[in-house]
Amino acid sequence: MTRELWRLTAHEAHELLRRREITSVELTESVLRRIEAVEPAVHAYITITAELALQQAREADERFAAGAATPLTGIPVAVKDVIVTKGVRTTAGSRMLENFIPPYDSHVVERLRRAGAVIVGKANMDEFAMGSSTERSAFGPTRNPWSLDRVPGGSSGGSAAAVAAGECLVALGSDTGGSIRQPAALCGVVGLDPTYGRVSRYGLIAFGSSLDQIGPIGRDVQDVATMLDCIGGHDPRDSTSNPDPMPDMRHYLGREIRGMRIGVPQEYFATGIEPGVREAVERALRTFEDLGCIVEECSLPSTKYALAVYYLIAPSEASANLARYDGVKYGFSDRSHGSMWENMEHTRAKGFGDEVKRRIMLGTYALSAGYYDAYYLKAQKVRTIIHREFAQAFERYDVLATPTSPVVAFPLGSRLDDPYTMYLADICTLPAAVAGLPAISLPCGESDGLPVGLQLIGNFFDEGRLLQAAHAFERAFGWANRLPELPPSAAA
Amino acid sequence: MELTPEQVLHIAKLARIALTPEEVERFRSQLSSILDHFAVLSEVPTDDVEPTAYPLPLENVMRADEVSPSLPREDVLANAPEQEDGMFRVRAVLE
Repeated sequence: MTRELWRLTAHEAHELLRRREITSVELTESVLRRIEAVEPAVHAYITITAELALQQAREADERFAAGAATPLTGIPVAVKDVIVTKGVRTTAGSRMLENFIPPYDSHVVERLRRAGAVIVGKANMDEFAMGSSTERSAFGPTRNPWSLDRVPGGSSGGSAAAVAAGECLVALGSDTGGSIRQPAALCGVVGLDPTYGRVSRYGLIAFGSSLDQIGPIGRDVQDVATMLDCIGGHDPRDSTSNPDPMPDMRHYLGREIRGMRIGVPQEYFATGIEPGVREAVERALRTFEDLGCIVEECSLPSTKYALAVYYLIAPSEASANLARYDGVKYGFSDRSHGSMWENMEHTRAKGFGDEVKRRIMLGTYALSAGYYDAYYLKAQKVRTIIHREFAQAFERYDVLATPTSPVVAFPLGSRLDDPYTMYLADICTLPAAVAGLPAISLPCGESDGLPVGLQLIGNFFDEGRLLQAAHAFERAFGWANRLPELPPSAAA
Repeated sequence: MELTPEQVLHIAKLARIALTPEEVERFRSQLSSILDHFAVLSEVPTDDVEPTAYPLPLENVMRADEVSPSLPREDVLANAPEQEDGMFRVRAVLE
């Protein structure tokens, strides 16, 4: 009988690879067979790089033979399709970049290649990372492996679904307002949005430059820590990259959390949160108490403004960042009109989907003469207040605990008609994003058979303590690496 | 905050996006409703508050002015919709 190696976590697979009980080629072939079986139902990928993966797997096996392996050598990884990969098509989920072959590697992909990881494919996503359901991909939606008629969350829905469905062992996503944490919650996996500046954005196709951050998604906390160890740290090619050396994250795992102070901001439990989500999160909080933590209610009164702040700042930055798609240098180009300007307007009309156009226009408006002070500048000022409230909270608490999403995975199509309803899906992840704080989502049980995510928010560059708390919780709670059983028709 | 069709067309012009009449009306109504939700910010007193552009205090980050290799020209042009003599080809900007 063939072992289902795709069920392993990355650290379990590493142990077997290290002991030479399995090869990376066997592991990669198992994942590729799994992709073949479930991908028609899940659609987690835009591009599958089977040939590249098998070649990297063979190289990984040579590294193990030579005794030069790292914890990620030979591990099948999915990379969100907003992160450029040299020689491998990178679309950002958009028609605009349908045929774009990047001439260089992003910093994080360089690091993955150097570590000997196996890249199995480019994961599906909402176009230019603008969305919370992966339904805004120009290449069709990804489905939630726990329930195929529901969304996986977004915008890194392909990455989270691939991890949950066994179509890779770990993945890279990107988080601007919640795009790693919210899909991780909806797919029952672990997702970490590091501190802004922790991971280089070099080669991340830009959306909101003061918010964008790359981070890992995995089946347990240890895998996510291993990935951050690989991709984090200073890179001079991103001027916002933090120059301080990053501590070894795995060092924080397995430590006790007795005496840790956990704040629970009440604003996150206000109206709109499903009872099943509330119950699961409250149960999680009792687990922290059982572990000897001091769990206390607290208040962050400006939480309610985070949505408006984010949806003004992110689209404003997007309107500038996406000005580069002009049909001149690369990407889709409509050249059937009379003038250069007309060509440009029609290139962008046909190349961008509706949500991207909406946000570009929203941002253009917020930045335009006469409205700049009332919208963009106002949002930046309220951002300062949100930032300040968090800073005050971290004088008292080590970590803040909240739900990741107010709801479990919602049905496909249910939020597409009203853009604002979709924006509300990010209500719990936006405040930390606006402040630039690190935050992790990890499974804390189920509601109606669908996974619920617990969000832990840490202080600036304190990913270590965040992972320490997450790891201790995970071990006590015992939900890690629980995978959905896909219906037989999908997993044939 | 009700946007007018003229305002939507003006924004689209600034953003260089061609819109059909049907899109003008759809985006007008959607953007108006989204902007209504943002009015909540006006209740926050911010007279003495400095704006935050980046979440972390950043000074200008400088690097040494040293010559280093850039991408080969043919690699950069490989994705160009049209090229000529090692350059991007576009319609005339000035008639």
